[in-house]
Amino acid sequence: MRKKYKIFQKIVRFIKPSFFFFLCSLLAAACSVVLTLYAPILTGKAIDDIVGSGKVEFIQILYVLKILALAVLMTALAQWLMNYCNNTITYRVVKEIRTRAFAHLTDLTVEYVDHIPKGEIISRIITDVDQFCEGLLMGFTQFFTGILTIIGTLFFMLRMNVMISMVVIVITPLSFFVAGFIAKRTYRMFKIQSEIRAELTSFINEMAGNQKLIRSFGYESCAMERFEELNRQLEKASLRATFFSSITNPSTRFVNGLVYTGVGITGAFAAMAGRISVGQLSCFLSYANQYTKPFNEISSVIAELQNSIACAERVFQFIEETPIVKQEEGEASVSQLEGRVEFKEVSFSYNKEQPLLKKINLKVSKGEKIAIVGPTGCGKTTLINLLLRFYEVDQGTILLDGRDIRSINRESLRKNYGMVLQDTWLKTGTVAENIAYGKEHATRQEIIEAAKAAHAHSFIRRMEQGYDTMLTEDGGNLSQGEKQLLCIARVMLKLPPILILDEATSSIDTRTEIKIQKAFQEMMKGRTTFIVAHRLSTIREADLILVMKDGNIVEQGKHEALLSRNGFYKELYESQFAN
Amino acid sequence: MIKLLPYLRNYWKESIVGPLFKLLEAVFELLVPVIVARMIDVGITEGNTIFVWKTCAILVAFGGLGLICSISAQFFAAKAATGFGRELRTAMFSQIENLSYSQIDQVGNDTLIVRLTSDINQVQTGVNLVLRLFLRSPFIVVGALVMSFQIDGKMGLIFLLTVPILTVVIFGIIRITIPLYKKVQNSLEQVLCATRENLTGIRVVRAFGTQEKERVEFREKSERLEQLQQRSGKISACMNPLTYVIVNGGIIFVIWFGGKQVYAGRLTQGEVIALVNYMTQILLALVALANLIVSYTKAVASAGRIQEVFELVIEKCEGNYEPDPAKEAWSVQFEQVGFSYDGSKASTLSNLSAQINAGEMIGVIGSTGAGKSSLIHLIPALYLVNRGTVFVDGVDVRLWNQNTLREQIGIVPQKVVLFRGSVRDNIKMGRAQIDDDTIIQALKSAKAWEFVEKSGKGLDWILQEGGKNLSGGQRQRLTIARAFAGHPKILILDDSTSALDFATERNIRMELQKRKGTCTIFLVSQRAASVMHADKIMVLENGELAGYGTHEKLLQECRVYQEICASQSLEKEGKEK
Repeated sequence: MRKKYKIFQKIVRFIKPSFFFFLCSLLAAACSVVLTLYAPILTGKAIDDIVGSGKVEFIQILYVLKILALAVLMTALAQWLMNYCNNTITYRVVKEIRTRAFAHLTDLTVEYVDHIPKGEIISRIITDVDQFCEGLLMGFTQFFTGILTIIGTLFFMLRMNVMISMVVIVITPLSFFVAGFIAKRTYRMFKIQSEIRAELTSFINEMAGNQKLIRSFGYESCAMERFEELNRQLEKASLRATFFSSITNPSTRFVNGLVYTGVGITGAFAAMAGRISVGQLSCFLSYANQYTKPFNEISSVIAELQNSIACAERVFQFIEETPIVKQEEGEASVSQLEGRVEFKEVSFSYNKEQPLLKKINLKVSKGEKIAIVGPTGCGKTTLINLLLRFYEVDQGTILLDGRDIRSINRESLRKNYGMVLQDTWLKTGTVAENIAYGKEHATRQEIIEAAKAAHAHSFIRRMEQGYDTMLTEDGGNLSQGEKQLLCIARVMLKLPPILILDEATSSIDTRTEIKIQKAFQEMMKGRTTFIVAHRLSTIREADLILVMKDGNIVEQGKHEALLSRNGFYKELYESQFAN
Repeated sequence: MIKLLPYLRNYWKESIVGPLFKLLEAVFELLVPVIVARMIDVGITEGNTIFVWKTCAILVAFGGLGLICSISAQFFAAKAATGFGRELRTAMFSQIENLSYSQIDQVGNDTLIVRLTSDINQVQTGVNLVLRLFLRSPFIVVGALVMSFQIDGKMGLIFLLTVPILTVVIFGIIRITIPLYKKVQNSLEQVLCATRENLTGIRVVRAFGTQEKERVEFREKSERLEQLQQRSGKISACMNPLTYVIVNGGIIFVIWFGGKQVYAGRLTQGEVIALVNYMTQILLALVALANLIVSYTKAVASAGRIQEVFELVIEKCEGNYEPDPAKEAWSVQFEQVGFSYDGSKASTLSNLSAQINAGEMIGVIGSTGAGKSSLIHLIPALYLVNRGTVFVDGVDVRLWNQNTLREQIGIVPQKVVLFRGSVRDNIKMGRAQIDDDTIIQALKSAKAWEFVEKSGKGLDWILQEGGKNLSGGQRQRLTIARAFAGHPKILILDDSTSALDFATERNIRMELQKRKGTCTIFLVSQRAASVMHADKIMVLENGELAGYGTHEKLLQECRVYQEICASQSLEKEGKEK
């Protein structure tokens, strides 16, 4: 409960800027409820003036109807105003929360993002926020009006006749009892249904998703059998869930009918005794029709609100509790560095039980090309992660131009690196925007120069709209090689003193690679470069090859020297080519 | 939607009986205002107590009957809808199993999954709702209209005027908002896309220090979303107030003219009340219908997407050739083969001819997109040629019994696929003839037995979906074992040793050498080092056969092969040998 209260407080903080709208909404809601309840009374009054043949008070009726018309118009206005305010508040709050969550995302440590499923974060920023939005809107529009309607109805009914009101008040709870009874039963059935559905979905994911393999092993009939079995289970479960949940409405409607009848009997006798008028009876009847509605609404709103608070909780949790980059570390900002890199006794592990890098020592002068080779999982990419401060070293220091990188502010540190990774990442946007990604105000001329340097100009020119061609998410409409060339052009535009190429060509075939190689050569001129690679052609020309194994640098030197040493490097090299 | 109706045919009784019960319930509901009117006019005005009790008993009885009717209706609707869902799912699944490879490419796996799950659920819900409500709401509207005419013809005219106005307003608003909602959905999609991009590209964003820029862009996108939401919100916010005004306007007219009619003695007080009640009933029914229409349009959209999949024409080969089972390996021959993927103008393979003898080991090499994968998928007829012929064991693959053909061709695909389940099931893949010994043998050959045994559970070791509890190399070794286990006559490895370390890859290559002769082997790779020891190598370039022969021969004659080797620094090593 305390926790819920806290979340509620946080939501209120987001609503505060829209306080005026909030007030308006409350006022409008109150107006519309009172007027809505007033309408049946007016109708009743008018009906009382219609007694029978020759006994009709037209002047009275006209007067009442005029008020009724005014009340109706004002109700409509109030309703619209309330809806409008609620929309404004909700969408605004949601936008703020979402923007905040996204800003938080850009502050998260890379380490954190690497270790939780991407879908998790996406669902918090998108789905959870959306659910919260729906709940909030519903809460605003229906919760308050619902409660007001209940109170108002009770008030008006009691004022007219206590006896009949008691009938309504006594029988109505039966409706909740019935609804609650059914809901409890159906909850379990829905759970079973969603379990089976989840199982079927994951089966479908495997089978439909890998249809090609299924086909080539002739697994179709086995798959079909299993599918049919799950499908039948699902049918059974969903028949039960659908049916039992759909009993709720008729049942509450039946109870509602009982209330109506009860009001009818007591009302009729009261009318015969002259305690109420026929018009008031009709008013009572219409209240009896309306009275259970807000109760039903409120119970569904409460469920929705609970869900929405749970969603809000997840979003706030994400915003508040996940580790963000500590800004206080590394105040100093650096401008153009030379590119001298030194590792001093650097140790690092992703989880404390398994040390990954062990006391790495390394010294690199300006403009050197360092190749890092070794089997998968030996720590090549980790080295790069540390260099860019995506992760922080556990022990030891990394020096850049003689300064501990932890003393340098991350953003200015990273401005000194140019990076081309195995995963070519492109944004949704035009080709030009993608090339100018790191340098927003680059001129078209600069962009074209960079593309030329990256040997990308010719294929870009061949595209339908050249540099203004839109790329879909992650450059879906380009080949792997073309994407990589754009990534290179992106770095070309903003040439930093240190380059990092992490398996930049592994997904490209070797002949295309040779073409890109030229672009790389261009790029690497005079710059300190770290290359993680598994191809010897890229490695051969390196000034220094680091051979890594199980988190250690086991050998280092030039290609020929390493070969002649007959060590691990030679083993690696030979196993690739020997028979 | 209509085209999917045949799947409802086994439930036609339920689909008719359900709505009928619903109509019956509606009749009871429609009678209530008239009964109440009678109660007022006869009971109260005349002070007839017995009559009041009687009408109340009738009201309760009607309520009870209505309850029974509507529960039966709900049951039949649910039964028909869920049965319909099951049949549709089965049909869809079997359709997917019959789609050709090129059709799967065209539609895409993810799309198929969505069709089979959420789209069918959506349609199922739609059917359920339609059976329950689609007839009921219009019936109540029409019924209320009829009842009002029954009470008084002139008063009926007010209803005749109000109903169309209400209908136009409600459906007009729906018509305007549905496209707006679509825009909102698209805009949300963009927000989603931006979020995803920033997660996958986190390193690039950080390295370029563009967090601020991303934040600004995201804010713009959310603001755009907010604007669109506001716009559609403003319009749908009109729904309640407008309908309220119209219905109460109708009520005002009913009272005014009703008063006149009563004055003239043509109408009673109770009947005026009944008319007012009918007005409210009409409103409730139309609002229910409007909600229904919104869900229905969703279902129709889903139905359209499902229909698209059903409309794909199945092209299946039903040959009956059965080979001599004693034969150990099969030969393969490509004759003037041309192939292009559906929807693509450029041909992937053109005019390709080659003869592969039984028991040979053939390397296939070429750049990405040269057509290597396409070529080998033609052998088990997973893709079909557009021109020319592929022969296996001397017979056109299209004339083969497709099951026999595929059973005896083992493929290790580029992409590792493992299923949730035991190692045994994953290797066996439903092939009854494979026993545990064979599986263990295959695992040993693929250098996978060691880690499977080490798990302590052997073949019963349960793999997670996609084999997430294994390393990349382990996963690949299992898929190789899967192909080995079937003792195929033709074995195809489609660039499937990339995740292996060099030593393991070498071991597996040696294993292949051993198997050569007892089966024909195709070894696809981008690396010359992987294929250079094959008996012959097919060099592909832009879908054509640029060279076919031994490593030595190709090094001398084939320019493309020379280039490939040079780019992989293999030329020297090659010549040294």
